[in-house]
Amino acid sequence: MSDEDFPESLEGIYRIQGRDFVDAGIISSEVKKSLQGKGIPESIIRRIAVITFEAEINIISYAEQGTIQLFIEPDAIIIEANDIGPGIEDIDLALQEGYSTADDSIRELGFGAGMGLSNIKKFSDIFELTSDVGQGTRLKSIVKLNG
Amino acid sequence: MNLETLIETLGLKCKCCWEKLKTTEVRGGYAGDLLSDVMANSSAGEIWITRQVHQNIVAVASLKDLAGIVIVQGASPEKDTIERASKEGVPIMVTDMAKFEVVGKVYRLLSEG
Repeated sequence: MSDEDFPESLEGIYRIQGRDFVDAGIISSEVKKSLQGKGIPESIIRRIAVITFEAEINIISYAEQGTIQLFIEPDAIIIEANDIGPGIEDIDLALQEGYSTADDSIRELGFGAGMGLSNIKKFSDIFELTSDVGQGTRLKSIVKLNG
Repeated sequence: MNLETLIETLGLKCKCCWEKLKTTEVRGGYAGDLLSDVMANSSAGEIWITRQVHQNIVAVASLKDLAGIVIVQGASPEKDTIERASKEGVPIMVTDMAKFEVVGKVYRLLSEG
């Protein structure tokens, strides 16, 4: 992506390393902090916090590396999560609550319950998920500011 | 009810963020060990009762603006958990009671007002 492709509404790009469970949640905290003090309702900020946290945990759990981008538009907040990783073979199946490919090391930490993607969908107004197996996954979540 | 009253009434031990106990209002509770469940279904101001001890619980409590975390069954929070909780201002309490007992007591206490 070249520089001119970045829209003005881009608030931040955050890089995430796969398997780095120690730092899990730090990106979500940064996203939350950058939304505070801008007149955005707390309820919207908490929805974004859930979406970002789950997207962050997914990249850490499954991908080699990835980024989360935060856009603040006049009428919506947009979260985009892109990763380099194994991708998702069957997106419909991955979206089913309870379905997970997490291993025991992930489950021991209280993750991998198969709720991450369905949580993101539930807390988004618009949700898009695409993937190329063996290459990576792209997720876009839009939360509208006008309800 | 503020967190200090709840802790004293139930005999919980505070491991972090004493300075916040008086000013933190507890508006309800949520129990769970699956972080995504707590992320999705807990509400701001609730006290979270769990058996998880690693530092990711602090991120969840902080992101959801929970009142604090009660770690049950005599489990000890990891050192990193306390450090992160201090940094983010998330009160952490511990107790030897099992989760069922803590949930029952918190529920009764909050229902009685």
